[in-house]
Amino acid sequence: MRAPRSVQYSSRPASQPSPDRLPRLLPAGFAAGPGSLADHLARYGPAPPGGLTGPRRAALIKEVERSGLTGRGGAGFPTARKLAAVAAGHDPVVVANGTEGEPASAKDKILLARSPHLVLDGVALAAELVGARQAVIVVHPAVREIIDEAIAERHRARADPIRIRVVTAADRFVAGEASAVVHWIERGIPTPTAIPPRLSARGLGGKPTLVQNVETLAHLALIGRYGASWFRSAGTTAEPGTMLVTVLGAVREPCVHEIAIGTPVGQILSTAGGASAPLQALLIGGYFGRWVDAAAAAAAPFSSAGLAPLGASVGAGLIAALPANACGLAETARVARYLADESAGQCGPCLFGLDAVAGEVQRLAEGRTSDLAMLHRWLGQVNGRGACSHPDGAVRLISSALAVFATELDQHAQGWCCGSAKAAVLPVPPRRPRCQA
Amino acid sequence: MPGLTLRVDPIACDGRGVCAEVLPELISLDDWGFPIIRAGTVPDHLQGEAREALRICPKLALRLDRKN
Repeated sequence: MRAPRSVQYSSRPASQPSPDRLPRLLPAGFAAGPGSLADHLARYGPAPPGGLTGPRRAALIKEVERSGLTGRGGAGFPTARKLAAVAAGHDPVVVANGTEGEPASAKDKILLARSPHLVLDGVALAAELVGARQAVIVVHPAVREIIDEAIAERHRARADPIRIRVVTAADRFVAGEASAVVHWIERGIPTPTAIPPRLSARGLGGKPTLVQNVETLAHLALIGRYGASWFRSAGTTAEPGTMLVTVLGAVREPCVHEIAIGTPVGQILSTAGGASAPLQALLIGGYFGRWVDAAAAAAAPFSSAGLAPLGASVGAGLIAALPANACGLAETARVARYLADESAGQCGPCLFGLDAVAGEVQRLAEGRTSDLAMLHRWLGQVNGRGACSHPDGAVRLISSALAVFATELDQHAQGWCCGSAKAAVLPVPPRRPRCQA
Repeated sequence: MPGLTLRVDPIACDGRGVCAEVLPELISLDDWGFPIIRAGTVPDHLQGEAREALRICPKLALRLDRKN
């Protein structure tokens, strides 16, 4: 058997983003809204041609493997391994996940709003690589129209060999979990399903299903054009490439930024205009992430390896800056209540456990009588006990708060709170009213 | 011989708790009555009780997996 030929890449158009020039994913003229398909092609050059032969597909999947691209939805799974697993199955399906149920995160919405064609190129390429004839993109309601228009434009230009169906995402925190996305498309129920077998073996309509975050697909579209070496020219050797990071809280320009992986946390804050007040702590990774001391985190590279000594990880790419005059316990209590309410309610330890935990964190924050030993026991009992990682993520956030805000715990127990800021730092949607029949 | 691992499907489980009565050596209940299964494989002398736990679970939420 002959080895697959090496993949050739189109020569770069003059406007192609050079490796050292960011952003790769978000076009310049940031506020200008989505560009046309023509603008998009002028910037990035033509997408790799479709109708690839088996060996060409295999060679491109190899190229993705060499690029080191990992999922940008939070789990960080190697993309090439998922592609290969799904490609091995019969009649697979591609699902692009732009649900972004996390209230503090904006990176997927911004990406879909500014660079819809890059994401859709990635969807088409992923379908080509795994041999899928069907693809679905699930998007936040805020960007639904933009995606519909982009797809209509591509249809007129006959840009894609396959039809890409658009589905508006369910407005729930757990709706972005991969099996919940499939459940939502298929049955209109946005809850995770039991894990085995893997979605790559049996997902949408019982078919092998590739579920990829929309940012991952945008990176894939660029790897398809420019190759692995180009992709690896930003980021670290172990964690190559760039990623989108939502920066919020006490910074002058809260925004979504594209950073080279490994950029120091302090430098990311500077990119967001710098701190707007003295900072005490940062929430890193998202609502499934960890609180860390602001001073201790400043020099840490924003990468899995760089954040590991702090016990944190990049998660879905989020940094929330907590000013010194805010109360970390009150912030955590609010998010804990939100996460408990957002439990899909399918697994007992998550449904009852997270509710109990959130109640206890609220008591701590309010300085009411509480039982810290019991809270620690509950956190231990809830961790790892769901069909999905929802309870684990909530436990991670709350455990980190108990460690980072240990002094505040003592203060609150004495009926004193150092927080004077009224405004909440971490956004939480209003509590969902239960439907009364 | 490969060991057997006891698992619970947390979605199917309703927290009736009968499993913990049959197999207290491996199954304890959390503060809300849902089973916590001890990590590791099922020892040979408890395999009978483990199968009994599977059989009497009203939600058929327990599984014995062969660990490779």
